[in-house]
Amino acid sequence: MATAANKTAAQPNSAQGFVYLPLIAGWLFPGAGHFLLRKWGRGALLAVSIIGMFAMGLAMKGKIYSGASEILEILGMAGDLGNGLLYFAGRTMGWGADQMMVTTADYGTKFIVVSGLLNVIAAVDAHNLRTGRKAS
Amino acid sequence: MTHISHFMAVVLFALFASVVFGITQRETPRRMLRYGTYCFTLFVGSAIVLSWVMFFIAR
Repeated sequence: MATAANKTAAQPNSAQGFVYLPLIAGWLFPGAGHFLLRKWGRGALLAVSIIGMFAMGLAMKGKIYSGASEILEILGMAGDLGNGLLYFAGRTMGWGADQMMVTTADYGTKFIVVSGLLNVIAAVDAHNLRTGRKAS
Repeated sequence: MTHISHFMAVVLFALFASVVFGITQRETPRRMLRYGTYCFTLFVGSAIVLSWVMFFIAR
């Protein structure tokens, strides 16, 4: 949690450059936002966790949402979109199951959605580090 | 296709989510580790407790 003292002490990591670059890079590829800020360890852990969760979801025959006709599918697709390039690669390559045929496929679908949501959290964290809202 | 047990799915989910929560919600490595461990324990612990609750409800 950022306190008032932390907010005043926190400084942007770099005064120059596009301030949203870590946010966009972090969304497109898990951990890339932290890599840009030279937070190598954190970036690697985030990348392994998010890509690992996405891969486990695919391995469990989870579904990648492609169309959005019902409200739950729209929410699922919004979560999937958080995976950035992984989502578009999955759509292009035809990864994931078309229909959920086994019990674990339901878990797999949730793994893919949650990995996207976690990636958004990680990308926003990189943005906060870049702007100085988060001290370190 | 990977066949894993329900419990293993819970543990993997808790592990991945706790790592991200720990890194993003705290500022120092020590506090990240503590918060990540706390989240992991709550994820897995609550799953075990709720499983037993559902077991007794179903009887």
